[in-house]
Amino acid sequence: MGTIGLYGLTLALLAFSWVKDPKRTRASLGKAWKSFENILPQLLTVLLVIGLMLRLLTPDMIAGLIGEESGFQGMAIAAAVGSVTLIPGFIAFPLAAALLKSGAGFTQIALFVSTLMMVGLVTLPVEVGYFGKKATILRNSLAFGASVAVALLIGGVLR
Amino acid sequence: MKNLLKRYRSFLLLCGVYAGLGLLLPGAALDSLRLSGENLAEMLGILPPVFILLGLLDVWVPRETIMGLMGERSGLRGILLAFMLGSFAAGPLYAAFPVAGVLLKKGSRLFNVLIFIGAWSTTKIPMLVFEASAMGTTFMLVRFLANIPVILLIAWLTERLLTPEEQLALQSRAQAL
Repeated sequence: MGTIGLYGLTLALLAFSWVKDPKRTRASLGKAWKSFENILPQLLTVLLVIGLMLRLLTPDMIAGLIGEESGFQGMAIAAAVGSVTLIPGFIAFPLAAALLKSGAGFTQIALFVSTLMMVGLVTLPVEVGYFGKKATILRNSLAFGASVAVALLIGGVLR
Repeated sequence: MKNLLKRYRSFLLLCGVYAGLGLLLPGAALDSLRLSGENLAEMLGILPPVFILLGLLDVWVPRETIMGLMGERSGLRGILLAFMLGSFAAGPLYAAFPVAGVLLKKGSRLFNVLIFIGAWSTTKIPMLVFEASAMGTTFMLVRFLANIPVILLIAWLTERLLTPEEQLALQSRAQAL
């Protein structure tokens, strides 16, 4: 649904741009291609790593490691697994819900979800390409700390 | 050619890992490949329009416009705009980085661009409904409300911890995109 809207909007704007100025439109398409090709190697790498991760770490296996009683160790594992990958929410939440059902703890799951969405070691090369090393490392470490704080809060509220 | 090999070396390395895995555990390798393929299809669905829109933005929208909306002097309006842009966007975080690049290139304040990244990653409105149904309303609400100050804090700290020279380097990196 959202994707169709996005394509419709893009095509409409592209047509409008073409009518107004074909030369500039061609220039903008050139820029679009250049910036896409620029991050293509990192993106392909990220895809292959995520494919491996999703296959090798099954929900049952993760739930076994981050159960309600797993405490600090479980949190460390949840944070570590969550930080490696950067998975979009519509995959992350069903996975998290499945993990909760298989007995994972709320704090651990909150940590897993937050780091999944905010911290990405695998996507670091892509991020560095746009923000440089220092800003990328700062953002990811701060997001990691924030994930821990928010997870403890959620764990406290939902106890 | 050599340059091309260098740019794609980690990709080629992973292809090697997949080949090795394929010899040891053909089933697991095929599953991983299938999952990667699904992700690739999803990515190719969302990225072309994003990049075309960014190309159009780059060519048609003057730097002054974006600078006024999200630049150094945009104040509270810039912050709100960054939050909204990120919260209503669709797509995974890796689609946000190119957008952030163009925003920087057009003179947005780094603080606002970082808010945009934070909002894109955690407070996406379409995702909240989904999160509430998967994880429960309390879980979603606590996470959402806690993350608003958190995003501001991360953006503020990241900007503060970069020296003026580093910020300048970041801006000129964006110009080169």
